[in-house]
This record gives sequence, C-alpha cells and structure tokens, in this order.
Amino acid sequence: MLSIHNLEASVEDKPILKGLSLSVKPGEVHAIMGPNGSGKSTLGHVLAGREGYEVTGGSVDFFGTDLTELEPEERAREGLFLAFQYPVEIPGVSNLEFLKAAVDAKREHAGLEPLDSVSFIRTARESCQKVDLEQSFLKRGVNEGFSGGEKKRNELLQMMMLEPKIAILDETDSGLDIDALQVVAKGVNAMRNEERGFVVVTHYQRLLNYIVPDYVHVLAGGRIVKSGGKELALQLESEGYGWLEADK
Amino acid sequence: MTEEITELLKTDYEAGFVTDVESDTLPPGLNEHVIRQISEKNGEPEWMFQWRMKAYESWCKMKEPRWGHLAYPDVDFDQVSYYSKPKNVDDDHSSDGLDPELQDTYEKLGIPIREQGESLEGGVAVDAIFDSASVVTTYRKRLEEAGIIFMPMSEAMHQHADLVKKYLGTVVHQNDNFYSALNSAVFAAGTFVYIPKGVRCPMELSTYFRINEKNTGQFERTLVIADEGSYVSYLEGCTAPKRDENQLHAAVVELVALDNAEIKYSTVQNWYPGDGDGKGGIYNFVTKRGICHHNAKISWTQVETGSSVTWKYPSCILKGDNSIGEFYSVAITNKWQQADTGTKMIHLGKNTKSTIISKGISAGDSQNAYRGLVRMGKMAEGARNYTQCDSLLIGDQCGAHTFPYIESRHPTAVVEHEATTSKVSDDQLFLCQQRGVDVEKAVSMIVNGFCKEVFQELPKEFAVEACKLLEITLEGSVG
Repeated sequence: MLSIHNLEASVEDKPILKGLSLSVKPGEVHAIMGPNGSGKSTLGHVLAGREGYEVTGGSVDFFGTDLTELEPEERAREGLFLAFQYPVEIPGVSNLEFLKAAVDAKREHAGLEPLDSVSFIRTARESCQKVDLEQSFLKRGVNEGFSGGEKKRNELLQMMMLEPKIAILDETDSGLDIDALQVVAKGVNAMRNEERGFVVVTHYQRLLNYIVPDYVHVLAGGRIVKSGGKELALQLESEGYGWLEADK
Repeated sequence: MTEEITELLKTDYEAGFVTDVESDTLPPGLNEHVIRQISEKNGEPEWMFQWRMKAYESWCKMKEPRWGHLAYPDVDFDQVSYYSKPKNVDDDHSSDGLDPELQDTYEKLGIPIREQGESLEGGVAVDAIFDSASVVTTYRKRLEEAGIIFMPMSEAMHQHADLVKKYLGTVVHQNDNFYSALNSAVFAAGTFVYIPKGVRCPMELSTYFRINEKNTGQFERTLVIADEGSYVSYLEGCTAPKRDENQLHAAVVELVALDNAEIKYSTVQNWYPGDGDGKGGIYNFVTKRGICHHNAKISWTQVETGSSVTWKYPSCILKGDNSIGEFYSVAITNKWQQADTGTKMIHLGKNTKSTIISKGISAGDSQNAYRGLVRMGKMAEGARNYTQCDSLLIGDQCGAHTFPYIESRHPTAVVEHEATTSKVSDDQLFLCQQRGVDVEKAVSMIVNGFCKEVFQELPKEFAVEACKLLEITLEGSVG
C-alpha cells in the first residue's frame, strides 16, 4: 500500500534523505531505527507533506496515488496519519471540536455525511476510555496543559477516531516513562489489524518490546542500510549503530 | 503555505456594492451655512441649531488627535460632504413605502426591515439609516404601547424635546474631543431610545448604518436612556461600498443607565476595510460612552472587523455606588487595516466594578493596538477592575500593541491587568492539516477559540454573524 522508491528530500537545500526505499503492505509493522541525524523524523514529515521538506527525487506511491502530489490535508484524508514526537498545543480549540473537524473532513472526502453529534460524542468517549484519558480531556484545549504522556495518548485518541490506513509513529516513546509507554503500546497494538500498516520510528529498542515489529530497518546517512526481522533491533541495542555506519 | 495564505487573503468584501438612488447631497465643505442647512433639512428647533453652532465653534479651535498608533494622511474636511439623504423616503418610515432599490439593498445585506410575527418577545426592531437619513424604523408603534421610545433622533427632538435637552451631550460633551465636536455640529441621523422605569424591553433594538453616497461622511448620534430599573439590549451593525477614496464615519453614542438599570450594547463593525493594497476604506473615528448611576450596569461588546482606520474607545463612567462596567472586544485587522481601540473605565462611586476582556487579532500587514484607561477616583472605595488583554498574531508582517493606563487614587481600589501575546504557529497549522483539516478551517477554529469569551457575550444571532465575518475577514491570513 505504501511504496517508497529511491526517495530524496532536502530541508533548506540540505539533502537529508538520499535514496530511501521502503515498502509497507497492509497489516505490517515496520520499525525504522537509526542514529540521531539519520533522517528518521524527516521521513515522517516528508510523507505527511510538511512545508519546508522538499522532495528532490524518487517516488512515493500510496494505493496507486503519487503521494507527493497531494496537499498535507489530502494525504491525511486518504488515510495517512503521523503521530508527532512533540504534539503542539492549540489553546482555545477544544479536543472535541478538533476531533469533529478532523473526522468530518475525512468523511466529507469519502463522500459521507458528517457524523451526528450524539454518535460522534459517544465514539469519542469510548476512544478516551481505550487510551486511558478522562472524558474531561475532550473539553480541554488540544494538548493544552497536558503532560507528556497525556499528549501522546491524545495522539492515539486522534488515531483511533481517524482510523488511518497507515500510521507513522515518530519517536512516540520519547519522553515517556515505562508505564506511559505501555499504555501507548497497548493502544497501538489494539489498532493493529490485517488492513492497517504501521511505520514505527524510534531511536531505542525499548519501544519494540511492546510494539513488536515484523521488520526492522536501519536508517543511516539518509538511506536504509540494513533490514531484518525484530532480532535486528536487539543487535542494535547491544552493539550500537557504529558498525553499520563504518560499513557504508 | 505562505502562497496559499496570500491567496486566501484576497477574500472579497461582500457588502461592497453601491445602491443606485437619487440623493439630496450638500456640496463638500463645512461652515455655518452648511450647519444651518442640515438643521433646516432635519426641521429642527432653533435651540438645536444653537447647540450645533456651539460645537462647531469649539471644533474650529481644536486639532485632530494624533496620539493613536495610526498612520494615515490628514483628512481634508473641506472635501467631505456632511449631508446626503436619499429622495423618496417616507416620513412615516414604513418598509412598504420604501424605494425598491433600498428594499433590495437591505435584502442583500440581510437586514430585516419588515416586522415579523405578532410577538415582540425575542424579535429585533431596526432603525435603518442610509447615509444621513433614517429610512425605515420597525416596531416603533408597538414598542410605544409598552412606553418604549425607539425613533430617529431628528423626530425625538420634537416629540421628546425635554428628554433630548436633558441628556444630549451630557455623557459626551460637544467639545469632549475633536470628533465629538465635529459630530455635534453636523450629525444628521441616529437613534433615540428611552426605556421607562421598571420596563424590560422585550426585544432587541438595533440600528443598521449604511454609507452609500460618494464623498460623504456619516455622522450619526445615538442616545439610549434606560430609566430606573429598566433593561435594554441594543445592537448596531454597519457596512459601506467599496471605494478607492477613504470615507469618514464619526459617530457619537451616549448611554445613560439610571439607578438599577442595565444597558447591553453590542456592535458588529464591518465598514469597508480597503483593498489588498491599503487603498480606500472607512476612517472610523467614534466616541462612545455611557454613565452608570447607582447599581446600574453597562456592558459594551464589540466585534471590529472592518474600517481601514479605527479609533474607538467605548467607555463607562461608573458614577453611582455599586455600578458595573464591562467591555468585551474582538478587534481583528487584516491586510493594511489599522485599529487603535479599547476602553476607559472611570470609577467614581464606591464598590464599582469593571471587567475588560480585549482580544486583538492581527494578520497581513495590519497594526492592532489596545489602548485602555482604568481610573480609580478619590471616592472609589473598594472599587475593582479586572483587565485581560490578549493578542494573537497571524503571519510575521503584522503588529500587536498594548497601551494600558492605570490611575488609582484610592488605597482600597484593586486593579488587575493580565496580557498575553501569541502567534498562530506553523506547527499548529501542520497538526491540523495532518488531521485532515485545511488551513482555512484551522485558522478559523483557532481564532474562534481565541475569541470565545467575547462571542459568548453577544446576542445569539449576532454571534453567528460575528463568527462568519471573522472567517471572511481572516480567510487564509496566515504567513
């Protein structure tokens, strides 16, 4: 469903991704690991279409569509979800209002009527429960005054409501203690199914104890330098990234 | 994103059309003869003419105020026509007798100039003012049955001369400032409202101002008197055609809330703001002030979206003990608009209270300033003020400024001032987009959230209109 071929991308004219290829099929979980500065976060932002991340070569195919041709909001409506490493606060806009706008936009894109308020609120409340957030969070401003863990759970809440085809988790584990990590992992695992793909970007192997990937890829110098099964993550944990970079 | 935003910024001003009606317009320029003519055209009593002349004499000695954070060329007062009245306006101000062109105009603007329904409860009465004349006044007779006076100022001078003489110019004196003096000399239309003792006005009263004629200014004067223990909610709205030259609007509004009375005054200001290059637009130089007697309350709510230059400070004189003043404001500037707006809360009586909530939103190349005075007088024992002043910046070419003035002459008075400045960030917009919400909708959600506290003070129908206007004014104003 997602096929990245020889992708090259720059930020402020500085090449970051230098020929990255990756293919994700429905139901698969791919972990992307790599040292700092290898381009891990850039990948998520490029796929999501963030301004300032310029694609200079290669292609990204998403269910037969050239993803790079779409506006960021269109990519989202098509089913691409990016869970942010540092979710930003939007004071004054309630979580509920935000979720409603997002879900309505997606439904409209799919030619569906907006969900009526009653069923929408019911779904939102149920989802809150699943990610262990009090319902009162629906009334608060988006991420406004949330703790690090609450912000990540809020990302998960958005993911559940939007039911993406592919979710990219950008260092979702950063800043989380072990309990919070487990809650987030549990939420992600609950969303795993045969249709949905995941790309889990992380610096540490720790997260992968809880979200067990089908494949592990090592990103270094803007391309994938090694791919393997989940055991590759353990090898990286004990040996570091140095041996791979020396190989390049 | 910047391109997208620039594109969206070009949104059109929807009320910018011109109505083709014949008008009786005075030639430009201001002198005694012009004032005499205005007074005659209004069929005024002699005392009114003398009152105008007193104001004119003061004005001739005054200088245009230039202390606002505003930059615009000097207004040439000899180039302005001070009176223009559409022909074919019925003396009885009924909608049936109204020129079809004017009927169309109000239909286009969505202003209800016909009385609807039997019940007054929950309805809206309108005094429609077109350039210098009131053309329709609805519900007038039925309000009269309840003892409520709602009529054009020019008629009140005859029919209720005692009230007009007693209160006109008592809250905003003829020589209060340059523009109030000008207004006092030349005002033509405006609405007069009197709510008798103990009466709760069952419907919203409103005035809708429309500037149409070229090269004219609009100088209306509104006087609202709420007698002891009465209540009224008053609304005003306004629009003007798109023109390349700047047009002048210099109004005066006076509110008198007698003991235990309450006046709620809401404005949605949507004058033509000028084009994308800063050409044209209304100069909005307005003096609004109310006086609160014992236990009385005045609440100003304003949503300022239009005008190329706004200079406006709806204020409260809290004269009576335990009286309350409130000011809720959303001022939004885009493109090349400039606003210098705020309030004055003058606490004279004991235990007087005031609340100021000001939300300034600047986008494009605009400049937006809050200027507010809180004065605790020598007798203002136990007086309290709370001020919250928030600015939101959209893009990086605009400016937000805050000029708070606090004077306290009583040791027990408490003044609180909180201020914040924030910016709609690219990160926020990207989060919205990544969840499928486009930039336009995202900006409107963020701005609406920012203004929530003020919008909830507006009467319901007005709040809906304000939200819409906000979207139109701000569409894609992110840089």
